[in-house]
Amino acid sequence: MSGRALKKHTSVALFAEGVLNGDRLMLSRAISHVENQETNASALLTALYPYAGKAHIIGVTGAPGTGKSTLVTALALSYRMAGMTVGIVAIDPTSPFTGGALLGDRVRMRTLAGDTGVFVRSMATRGSLGGLSKTTGDVVTVLDAAGFDCIIVETVGVGQAEVEIASTAHTTLVVEAPGLGDEVQAIKAGILEIADILVVNKADRPGMDRTLRALEMMLDIEGNGARYVRHHGQLLRVESPAESEDEETRWKVTVMKTVATDGTGIEDLRQRIDAHRHWLRESGEMAMREQLRIANTLENIIRAELNRRIAASIPAGGLEKMVEKIRRRESDPYAAAAVLLSGV
Amino acid sequence: MSERKIRILVAKPGLDGHDRGAKVVARMLRDAGFEVIYTGIRQTPQMIAEAALQEDVDVVGLSILSGAHMTLCPKVVELLRAQGQDSVLVVVGGIIPDDDVEKLKAAGVDGVFGPGASSEAYVEFIQNHVQVTV
Repeated sequence: MSGRALKKHTSVALFAEGVLNGDRLMLSRAISHVENQETNASALLTALYPYAGKAHIIGVTGAPGTGKSTLVTALALSYRMAGMTVGIVAIDPTSPFTGGALLGDRVRMRTLAGDTGVFVRSMATRGSLGGLSKTTGDVVTVLDAAGFDCIIVETVGVGQAEVEIASTAHTTLVVEAPGLGDEVQAIKAGILEIADILVVNKADRPGMDRTLRALEMMLDIEGNGARYVRHHGQLLRVESPAESEDEETRWKVTVMKTVATDGTGIEDLRQRIDAHRHWLRESGEMAMREQLRIANTLENIIRAELNRRIAASIPAGGLEKMVEKIRRRESDPYAAAAVLLSGV
Repeated sequence: MSERKIRILVAKPGLDGHDRGAKVVARMLRDAGFEVIYTGIRQTPQMIAEAALQEDVDVVGLSILSGAHMTLCPKVVELLRAQGQDSVLVVVGGIIPDDDVEKLKAAGVDGVFGPGASSEAYVEFIQNHVQVTV
């Protein structure tokens, strides 16, 4: 509107100061800055990075309709009761057709309103696959630097192979609900393999026992104690450090039953998360996961920067011209790619 | 290489539970390529202002069919400004008598849309009025 002040252009130093001093408006704008990949976003992250690394990061993933948002809300309330502050990042998909998104996770989170110990941010995937958006990790870093004790990342309602969350979170919860599929769904590869804790939510629904049995059987088949981490674009099976040794030092993936709408099982789940956090530290697994997480972040930054440089080095219309040439069979995609990349 | 998107909070303040209109508008805005944060019914002005702050939105869209707009809308505007959210656009949709439109605008509401407003009207209004910082 005429006469209305523009959103002020804020310097990196002011942003960082605001975030570190608990200024919620500045925190919110800093998150936008990072999410929008503004030109000085990396300078902002550099300023905040030294202050991050204290929060416990919990990933919550699972199929649509399993009650992830409600579970996240119940967990957040439980952490608040225990005196901890909570940052929540809730991700919903961007339409590949219009670029728009409807972010509806807040509808389930109304009980968190009015509590300054909680900060909820909705994010759209903006074209990323894998259940997170490209900048989710960076936004977590900002919330971490802002001093939240625990940060919960809720992925989009994923299908079966969206496992990106495991390389962002310290503790990954995979949420299931009764009646969503037979035993074969449970033993398919992918999402169940990234779980540190399996949660069967809506445990008051019919079919509970079958779902529970199927998951427990799956855990027996899988050989409890190993997990999969995305690394260099592929998933690596990471054996728990002590797998060959004492049974007691291994992390056992367990199935927890919850009814998030009335709080049943939530305290137990929170304690199980705490136990996992404790185990991560004691077993040395934390250092290993941090290493993978950092490697991942570094790789993503390099890849993004390379993409930018490549895009900048190809003259406007160059790509289209090459496509036309290939279509006329005057060149082929492999030779064309080599030509286009020769300028980088 | 900024990848900015216009973010819009769609909320229903007050006690009427008729959210069909709000949902239709939310979908329409999504289809126009905006990022829409939908918060649902029975939101207090405080909840709306706080959600707008956490989500760093460019626009707050209020849907009211209860007749309480003269109380609720100015309150939302007031809270937003008190938080320092000076550039956030506030638009209201619903059943608003003609006489109240000017009063709402005087209270800081930027746009009012009644029943039958076309989706183009909404989208154009938002695109013309949201100031994107570069």
